[in-house]
Amino acid sequence: MQERIALTGNEAMALAMKQINPDVVAAYPITPQTEIVQIFSNYVANGQVKTEFITVESEHSAMSATVGAAASGVRAMTATSSQGLALMWEVVYIAASNQLPIVMPVVNRALSGPINIHGDHSDTMGARDSGWIQIYSENTQEAYDNLIQAVRIAEHPGVLLPAMVMMDGFIISHAMENLKILSDQDVQKFIGEFKPHRPSLLDVDHPVTVGPLALYDYYMEFKRQQAAAMAGAKPVILQVAKEYAELTGRRYGLFDTYKLDDAELAIVVLSSTAGTARLVVDELREQGVKAGLLKLRVFRPFPHEELAAALGDRKAVAVLDRADSYSGFGGPLFTEVRAAMYDAKQRPPVVDYIYGLGGRDVNLDHIRKVYQDLAEIARTGAAVQTVNYLGVRE
Amino acid sequence: MANLKQLSEHEGFFTPGHRMCAGCVAPVVVRQVAMAAGDTPVVVANATGCLEVASTIFPYTAWRCSWIHNAFENTSATLSGVETAYRSLKKQGKIDKEVKFIAFGGDGGTYDIGLQSLSGAMERGHNIVYVCYDNGAYMNTGIQRSSATPQFADTTTSPAGKVIPGKVQWRKDLAAIMAAHNIPYVAQAAPSHFNDLIAKVQKALAVDGPAFINAMAPCPRGWRYDTREGIEMTRLAVETCYWPLYEVENGEWRLTYKPREKKPLVEWLKKQGRFRHLFTEANKPLLEEFQRRVDQEWEKLLKRCGEA
Repeated sequence: MQERIALTGNEAMALAMKQINPDVVAAYPITPQTEIVQIFSNYVANGQVKTEFITVESEHSAMSATVGAAASGVRAMTATSSQGLALMWEVVYIAASNQLPIVMPVVNRALSGPINIHGDHSDTMGARDSGWIQIYSENTQEAYDNLIQAVRIAEHPGVLLPAMVMMDGFIISHAMENLKILSDQDVQKFIGEFKPHRPSLLDVDHPVTVGPLALYDYYMEFKRQQAAAMAGAKPVILQVAKEYAELTGRRYGLFDTYKLDDAELAIVVLSSTAGTARLVVDELREQGVKAGLLKLRVFRPFPHEELAAALGDRKAVAVLDRADSYSGFGGPLFTEVRAAMYDAKQRPPVVDYIYGLGGRDVNLDHIRKVYQDLAEIARTGAAVQTVNYLGVRE
Repeated sequence: MANLKQLSEHEGFFTPGHRMCAGCVAPVVVRQVAMAAGDTPVVVANATGCLEVASTIFPYTAWRCSWIHNAFENTSATLSGVETAYRSLKKQGKIDKEVKFIAFGGDGGTYDIGLQSLSGAMERGHNIVYVCYDNGAYMNTGIQRSSATPQFADTTTSPAGKVIPGKVQWRKDLAAIMAAHNIPYVAQAAPSHFNDLIAKVQKALAVDGPAFINAMAPCPRGWRYDTREGIEMTRLAVETCYWPLYEVENGEWRLTYKPREKKPLVEWLKKQGRFRHLFTEANKPLLEEFQRRVDQEWEKLLKRCGEA
C-alpha cells in the first residue's frame, strides 16, 4: 500500500531514514542538507525511531563516528553536502576501504571558493574515486526510492560497500513534490533486519582488528578486493531494483532512457536537469527531430558497457556536466562517457557542456542550444568545439 | 591495589611481539592500562602513530582485544561511534556484556590534530577513556615539534639553531583543558609511578561518562636518552615537578603524589640529548627561565589542589 503525499526532497530523505530506522546516526548540519538532520532529530526526540543520534562537532567526526558504529556491527547512517563532504573526504575513503555498508544521502552543492550554497555536482564528483557506490536522483520520488534501495545494495554480502544517494541542492531538496511513499512495515520488510556480515568490534569473544597497517606486501590486495566489490555491485543494483519494482511498480536501472532507441541526437545528463531536457526532447520530436535522452542513475560503478551499447548508434552525443574537473578536457561525466564510447560499435562524436555551476539556472533554451549544436555535428560529422560552457558570460 | 607481581601475571590485551622501538615507554603505558583493565572486555581505538603502526602490521596484531584504527585525528569520534553502537545494541537487548572503551593517541593525535574530535567526544559525554601517551613530539614522522613539546626542546621543526634555541613556546596544558570540559575524571600520570597510574585507569574505567588520562611516555629516539632509562625519565619528570601527578575528579583537583624533595629541573634535562644546547654558558639564562616556569606552574597546581 502506497500513500501519495507532498514532500520536499529533504523531507523525503528524512522520512526514508526514519523508515529505515538505523541503529546509529551521526550527523552535522550543513546547507542544504540541514533539514534532513533537523527533521531526523525530531524523530529521535519523539521516540519515532530506535536510533541513537550522535550530534557530532563536524562532518569529519560524523563520518568517523559512523565508521566506528558500522564496524561495531550496526546499521549506521549520516548525511551531508558540499564542504561537509569535502571535510569528510579522508574518512570517506576509509569507510570504503573497510567495506562498511554505510548509506549517506548527499544533497549536491557547489564547493568553495567562492563560497556558494547552491546546487552543482562538484562535491560528489570529488568523491567519485573514493570507492563508494554513487546513485543520483532526478526528483523527490527518486531520492526516496534510491535511499531505500541503497541500504539493500550496500549491505549485500557480495558488495559490502558504502553508498551515497544524491539529489540536487534546493532544486530538489527544498522543492515540494508529490510522491508515493511506502509504509514503515514495507520498508522494513524490503531492507530486512541488519545482520553484520563480518565479525564486529563488539563481538568481544572474537576480537577483530579493523584498520591495520598494510604496506606494499598487502595494500594492493586490499585495494583489489575493493575494486572487485564495486564491479560486483552492478548486478546487485539491478536485482534490488527489480525487487523494488515488484513492490512499488517503479522501475530503476543503471540509467533511464527517454526516446533514445531511434534517436540520432542524444544528451547524457544527471539528476534534476533530466526533467528539463525531457521537455525539449518532446518539443523536438514534434518537430520531427530525432532527439533522445539518457539520464545516468548509477555513476559508481560506472556502467561503461551499457552506455556504449545505448549510445553507440547515435549520430552525435552531448554530455551535460554540472561540475568541472579542471583537466583542460571537460567535466568528469564527459571524460568517463567518452572513454566508455571507445568500445561502441560506431563511435559518434561526443561533446561536453559544463552548465549550472553554483546553482546557475539551466533553462529550455540552453538545452535547445545543445540539440541544435548536435544537429550540426551530426550533419558535418565533427564538432567545432569539444568542451563548451552553457549559460556563462565570457 | 594489587602489587606489581600480581599485576604482571595478568596477560592483558596488549601482547609482547609488537614492533615498538627498544626503550620506548608507550607500550609500557599500554601494558599498565591493560593490567588495570583486568578481565573487563575492552574495545580499543588507536590514533595513527607509533603505537598503531608498530602493533598492527598486517597480517599480525599485538592486540588481544577488538581494535580499530580510523585516521590520525578522529580516534575520539570513532570510539564515540563504537560506544554509541554498544548503547544501541544494549538498549535493544542484543548484547548483555559489560564492555569498556579505551582510546590511545600520541600527543600529536591528541593535543593537536585530534583536539577537536577529543573535545567533541568529551562534551557529548561518551562513556570512554582516552589515554594520551605523551612523548612530546611527532615521533613517528621524524621528531617534529607538537604542542606537547617542552619549551627549548630541539626537534626537527623546532631545531636549536644559532638564533632560535629550540621550541619557543611552553607546552599546552592539555589535562587542564580536559578538566575544563567538566567531565567526571581527568588525570595526569606516569608509568614510573605504576600504582598511581593503575589506580587512575581503574577510576577512569569506573566512572559513568568520559575520562581522560595524560600519561608521560618517553621516546628514546626523540629525547635522545639511553634506552635503558625510559622509566627513569618519567620518574625524574615527576620528581622535578615538570610532570606532576594529579587528578581532577568531578571538578576536584588533587595531587596524587608530592615529591618529598623537589629536584632541580636540570637533573631531568641533562639526561636528554634534545636539551644539550641549553648547557652552554650563553644559554644559562634559558635554563633559569625554564626552572622559573616549572616552579610557577607547580605553585599554580598546588593552589588548584588546595595545597598552598
